[in-house]
Amino acid sequence: MAMHEKAPQLMDFDTALELFEPVLGFEVHVELNTNTKMFSAAPNSFGREPNSDLAPVDLGLPGSLPVVNEQAVKYSISLGLALGCQIAPSSRFARKNYFYPDLGKNYQISQYDEPIAFEGSVEVELADGTRVVVPIERAHMEEDAGKLTHVGGSTGRIQGAEYSLVDYNRAGVPLVEIVTKPIYGAEHRAPEIAKAYVQTIRDIVLSLGISDAKMERGNLRCDANVSLRPRGQEKLGTRTETKNVNSMRSVERAVRYEIRRQAAILAAGGAITQETRHWHEDTGTTSPGRPKSDADDYRYFPEPDLLPVVPSAELIDELRAALPEPPAERRRRLKAEWGFSDLEFQDVANGGLLAEVSATIEAGATPAAARKWWTGEISRIANAQGREASDLVAPVDVASLQTLIDAGTLTDKLARQVLEGVILGEGTPQEVIDQRGLAVVSDDGALVSAIDEALAAQPDVLEKIRDGKVQAAGAVIGAVMKAMKGQADAARVRELVLQRAGQV
Amino acid sequence: MRHLGVLARIQLSDEEIERLTGQLDVIVDNIAKVSEVATPDVPATSHPIPLQNVYRPDVVGETLTLAQALQNAPDAYDGRFRVTAILGEEQ
Amino acid sequence: MSELIRLSAADLAAKLASGEVSSVEATQAHLDRIAAVDADIHAFLHVSDHALDIAADIDRRRAAGEELGPVAGVPLAIKDVLVTTDMPSTSGSRILENYMSPFDATVVARARAAGLVPLGKTNMDEFAMGSSTEHSAYGATHNPWDLDRIPGGSGGGSAAAVAAFEAPLALGSDTGGSIRQPAHVTGTVGLKPTYGAVSRYGAIALASSLDQVGPVTRTVLDAGLLHDVIGGHDPRDSTSLTDVWPSFADAAREGARGDVLRGLRVGVITELPDSGFQRGVSASFRAALASMEAQGAEIVEISAPHFEFGVAAYYLILPAEASSNLAKFDSVRFGLRVTPPGTPTVESVMAATRDAGFGDEVKRRIILGTYALSAGYYDAYYGSAQKVRTLIQRDFDAAFAQVDVLATPSAPTTAFRLGEKIDDPMQMYLNDVTTIPANLAGVPGISVPSGLAEEDGLPVGIQFLAPARQDALLYRVGAALEALLVDSWGGPLLDRAPVRGGAL
Ligand SMILES: [Mg+2]
Ligand SMILES: [Zn+2]
Repeated sequence: MAMHEKAPQLMDFDTALELFEPVLGFEVHVELNTNTKMFSAAPNSFGREPNSDLAPVDLGLPGSLPVVNEQAVKYSISLGLALGCQIAPSSRFARKNYFYPDLGKNYQISQYDEPIAFEGSVEVELADGTRVVVPIERAHMEEDAGKLTHVGGSTGRIQGAEYSLVDYNRAGVPLVEIVTKPIYGAEHRAPEIAKAYVQTIRDIVLSLGISDAKMERGNLRCDANVSLRPRGQEKLGTRTETKNVNSMRSVERAVRYEIRRQAAILAAGGAITQETRHWHEDTGTTSPGRPKSDADDYRYFPEPDLLPVVPSAELIDELRAALPEPPAERRRRLKAEWGFSDLEFQDVANGGLLAEVSATIEAGATPAAARKWWTGEISRIANAQGREASDLVAPVDVASLQTLIDAGTLTDKLARQVLEGVILGEGTPQEVIDQRGLAVVSDDGALVSAIDEALAAQPDVLEKIRDGKVQAAGAVIGAVMKAMKGQADAARVRELVLQRAGQV
Repeated sequence: MRHLGVLARIQLSDEEIERLTGQLDVIVDNIAKVSEVATPDVPATSHPIPLQNVYRPDVVGETLTLAQALQNAPDAYDGRFRVTAILGEEQ
Repeated sequence: MSELIRLSAADLAAKLASGEVSSVEATQAHLDRIAAVDADIHAFLHVSDHALDIAADIDRRRAAGEELGPVAGVPLAIKDVLVTTDMPSTSGSRILENYMSPFDATVVARARAAGLVPLGKTNMDEFAMGSSTEHSAYGATHNPWDLDRIPGGSGGGSAAAVAAFEAPLALGSDTGGSIRQPAHVTGTVGLKPTYGAVSRYGAIALASSLDQVGPVTRTVLDAGLLHDVIGGHDPRDSTSLTDVWPSFADAAREGARGDVLRGLRVGVITELPDSGFQRGVSASFRAALASMEAQGAEIVEISAPHFEFGVAAYYLILPAEASSNLAKFDSVRFGLRVTPPGTPTVESVMAATRDAGFGDEVKRRIILGTYALSAGYYDAYYGSAQKVRTLIQRDFDAAFAQVDVLATPSAPTTAFRLGEKIDDPMQMYLNDVTTIPANLAGVPGISVPSGLAEEDGLPVGIQFLAPARQDALLYRVGAALEALLVDSWGGPLLDRAPVRGGAL
């Protein structure tokens, strides 16, 4: 990390909360999973060759013009409704002007004084079942920017880089930005509320089916605003905006870190600088970005190339009727349907895994199996790798993994190896099995010849079994499993050995 | 004026700043009169011929080839546009 | 000099259709004319290498019995503000030198589909900012009537090309008069369509809410023929109207019979007193009105109290939108790159590029627009200017409740001398006083030659304005007056222009 301020003092969290009241605010960007971009017919894709999914307007080519994607408008209205917002009878796009090389036009088409949705609220459930209402100020439509890669220097970061490379594939991907009002009264639960809020937004967009919502891929991005004010003070403190927080766990950590950092500064008589800060996943710290200044003069004005969005009452009614149930209700229903205990359900919910478990069950797994996979092995790997469980594997693959176990094609141990292959991107479970040759050997002929070989090496075993020392079979089973590289069903081997000894 | 140059990303020389300041003073004096008649009761017109709800179906259309995308690039490397080091922050 | 170049597009098209003349012959004649006179006129920035091939293809298709459009095989000059795949598109700016567009402007694509033969790209004020074509980064265009005088602007190249018989048809763009004012000073015809009647896709944007593409020709019928080719709805331009338009060529033919003048109510604007115009301009205007009156037209005094605020509103809206539209020229994706000495950053490269790549007038307007949009000034400037637009629209509405068309001189003076106003931008801006209201209100306007000014023998144009969507009425009225005047002159006005490039 270059150019960072020296490691800041941190105040103990509980002491910080005794002295100060934290006030939170969030800006969450949701990338919509439309077929095409917000303002062009280029594919809205991910992970393709750089600069291969572009229409002229995505590069800001001279003469190009934007045209609004109707589906993106509908998705935005649905999201606004799901956030309990009012839908503006007329809203419009504006240009936010600033120069940055990832912006093809050097302005971002966004919405300013007339957002499509405003004045809503979201109910958030904490780990212990407490419900908190987060007030929503607005949700507006805008376009994403391209991606910069910084080359040279030692860190791959912007500081010290020799040059940067720009890929505009992401430019123009439709975004909805959800802005909360200030959140008061969070107190010591501020970090937890932060995480639960992002989780809830993710649940909502997933249940609407309007975003892939993978934080790791940047489908869902959270900027967290934190300010502190001394107990008893009316006036809000100076806030910082921490960007680049791309996991739910990190949202929680970043808020906790900012509270502790700001408290230490304020308690020492210092002042908070109004600035953006960057979250560093590796160190669990934030570092200062650009201070707010009059360079933030975005010179907004109504986008003259686009017309007002005036949704009909019929369209809004239609979209409202199609809304999925609210997250809190949905949780209660799912818990009952799945037959989970309080503890089991919280395990899933707090892991942000409701959508995953739900989708896995829909794909054919039992609730118990789905829960076991997601809160067990997959979460373990995610934690070890510092990633989101939902980013590792698709629910449909988890379901088919379980189907393969149930059919006897995989043992639990083999299934974990297959999962590893799926996570490494080797394909579906069946593809991994085929490529790695991992299936249980269910061909008795192959097992019998392996048993014969083992018995030849240990000729006294059959005798011992016939004498009633059935445990002697263990040595043969072990040898057979070894010969089969673990890809045999030990129970079946045991059966065959006993048969051979004439015991069954 | 220097600040406007920064906002507009134009590296103005001292001589340019001096000349532009004089000219803009005259122009601004002349055009400021719009506020004489722009009373609060008058609505603004952004589009001369009003239209609304102009949309495109969410269907993939033609795209540029990589060669077309990079055709006019002052500098490109590895399929991407290359720019000089960026001062400032990651966004 | 071949007789072919003096034919109107309509007459040339008739000869092409009958087989009397081939497109290759017609195209070659115009290329020869360009070679003979353009060193003096400098109407073209680029002459096509493909024109003869395209013409030969049209001839081949015609010979094969293919049904071709009414103007197939006729050569066309294209203002350099329109992007083309087979010729560079610079918009008259150094910053776009050698720029090659991967797509054609919609109007260019439609012209090609109609079998028009692109001859080359015409000169213009840089990014269409100017009224004299002196602000071209590639040198001024000269008025064929007097080489020491301006050809108007920003589309001086297109107007000079048709006036000097280098092309029978040309495309222009009109943001505040850039089609009509050059027509006025070169004795040609130019029409700015209703906003949204012709696609802006592929027109390098100056001010998006004011720009319109239109025809530049020597006769009203020719303008109608070209308008029929380029007009109509384009889904790539969100502001494009979905109206079904009548044939403008038919309207011109109908108008030429003269019936339209009987009972036509023509408004003249009280607030544009004759004293504001050059004597010969005023005299020519009054004489044209008198001849219309003699044919049964009724001249009505109309008050348009807010027109006087038009120039002020225009010089806020245009720079504001332009400052944003021109932000894309930043040296990253296309165009010039200038790297300053020392330790350059992308910011300093952008700033140095824009300083070197933009001319004085462009920088002036970008700075003015940046100022008008910046925090604290938006309401007083841009916001107020948008209100003036409303007031001017109301003036038009009130006027068109009383009259069918409005008439004004197309510009206050005849062609001024090159260099005369270059150092006084405000004087240059006031030159657009008569043309600007149409752009602010979105209504169509046409400039038709009305004669020569007595004192300098230079051409004068009369402008007619009609309600939005009534473009056809302008063709009828323009053609009626044209027929009347050409008859009284004993031939087209351009017959009285100096013969250049050798005798016939
Ligand atoms: Mg935003
Ligand atoms: Zn760092």
